Amino acid sequence: MSPDTKKPRRFKPDRDVKEWKGAYVPYDILKEAFVAFLAVAVLIVLLAVVFSSPDDPAITLKTWSVNSPVDFAQTAITELDGSSGTASYGPPYNSTPDAAQHIGFFEPAQWFGVHQPIDTAQDFVIGPLRTLPNQPVTQAALNVYQGASAAQQAAWTTAYEKAVANATDVNGRLHVPAGRYGPVGVIIGSLTAMSQTGGLDGTLLSEGGFYNTNYTKPLLFLADGTYLADKAGAQHLQGTQWGMMNETGNFPGQAWLWLYTMWYQVYPMNQSTNADLEVWGIMMILSVGLIFLPFIPGLRSIPRWTRVYKLIWRRHYRELAAAT
Amino acid sequence: MSIDTNVGAEPRTHAGGPAHSSAESRQWTARVRHAAESAFPPDQLLPDRQPAYMASWIYVFGVLTVVSLAWVIITGCILAIMGPTWWHVSSTGHFVNSLHLWSVEAFFFFMVIHLWGKFFMAAWRGNRRLTWATGVISFLVSVAAAFTGYVSQTNFDSQWISTQAKDGINSTGAGAFWNVLNFGQMLMWHIVLLPIGIALIAGLHVLLVRRRGIVPPFEVAEHHTEPVADAAAAAGEPA
Repeated sequence: MSPDTKKPRRFKPDRDVKEWKGAYVPYDILKEAFVAFLAVAVLIVLLAVVFSSPDDPAITLKTWSVNSPVDFAQTAITELDGSSGTASYGPPYNSTPDAAQHIGFFEPAQWFGVHQPIDTAQDFVIGPLRTLPNQPVTQAALNVYQGASAAQQAAWTTAYEKAVANATDVNGRLHVPAGRYGPVGVIIGSLTAMSQTGGLDGTLLSEGGFYNTNYTKPLLFLADGTYLADKAGAQHLQGTQWGMMNETGNFPGQAWLWLYTMWYQVYPMNQSTNADLEVWGIMMILSVGLIFLPFIPGLRSIPRWTRVYKLIWRRHYRELAAAT
Repeated sequence: MSIDTNVGAEPRTHAGGPAHSSAESRQWTARVRHAAESAFPPDQLLPDRQPAYMASWIYVFGVLTVVSLAWVIITGCILAIMGPTWWHVSSTGHFVNSLHLWSVEAFFFFMVIHLWGKFFMAAWRGNRRLTWATGVISFLVSVAAAFTGYVSQTNFDSQWISTQAKDGINSTGAGAFWNVLNFGQMLMWHIVLLPIGIALIAGLHVLLVRRRGIVPPFEVAEHHTEPVADAAAAAGEPA
């Protein structure tokens, strides 16, 4: 069938346009781009000079254990006994049952499984301490701990957790009340001392080679404590403070994440253990909806209904009215 | 001494254009060139006239977005030359980082206004739906690129943002292969993969704008049935 005989389809104002038969005016696209390029240059230079950019130094495991040895020890014992956030995280770090977030049967993290295996007791505590030379007391304590039954280990770590809850910081040194925690006191004390020298930072970062760029282990250990979160809270960066879109100081941060961050503040996501997956699901649906908005009846009519276009093309409509 | 300026030049027809044999017309190269010439005639690719209805400040935000992206890339390249931690130890580096930060903020500011402007113009009308889609995808890829920049700063912000964001990424299963705590991986995505993605999608978006033209205004009464102009006809003249 030739184009001439093609049956015209019904005109839909939210989908179709009429051919423009009006006037054209001179337009220098390259000049416009060049002027815009210079204007933005002036703008960003002014903003950079006046406001600069934030750069709070990174926290190391050393600074954490020196400034807050109690929090460090309280975190370290949870890494040893497997009760920390990372130890019970589930995929992709370990296979803790029922830990993966899910919406009904939809459980993508569980389906993908463990891809960055982390055994917090071995990777964060025992392994690093085993690298220490000339530490016979520490090595003996590790031998005793690893040679004990699981029940005995649990009894020691439980006793230490109770004791370390009342620990004190004496001039930067960890002081834990006495208790029946066997070799665990030496183990955590040695790990704290190792961290205070900076040795734990390098050991956790090591990937078995000279070069390394993967900070997964030190960051997970750091995030299991309260020191990092307290620092973030002081900077209004907590999730409940819309912190995901903020950055340190009075800077705009990732303001474009406002909608993503908002969902975490509203019910039921603000009380859900599956909030991350739910929020991501909402944002995926909204993003796909935005891409395909021109195909969605009703939504694609909003511009015509709201008539904001009258403001945008007000000169055109004024001239049209004058001509008619 | 005379110089033969035609040495090595291809034979031309009397009209001045290249002579094409049937064999040449079957070449991949020739076909691509003909398709490009057909899709993007020079006066449409670089127009010197625009429809009279393009008389609003809202149209400025498209070009502002593009030039802001140019500044993001330029300042990012300077940071890349000196390495990811240079800006922590150099006042010059810190200033370049500030330029990079504010060019990103300007880029998103202009892009969001551009997006809302196009929404209220229903700029997908007249077979411009792919133009709209590539614009939205450019925005989404830009969000990912900015995020990888924030977690590659090698400072407190990157520590906090990455340890918070991991939960969202991991919940989707993507954490199995896209580890936001892996600085090396995030940096590579930030300076190589995502910029390539943005350049390709934003480039396609701009080319589609040139090809399809700028969407005309709603007519006063558009509720009757009549033949529909396709995009090429709607573009008609260079926009």
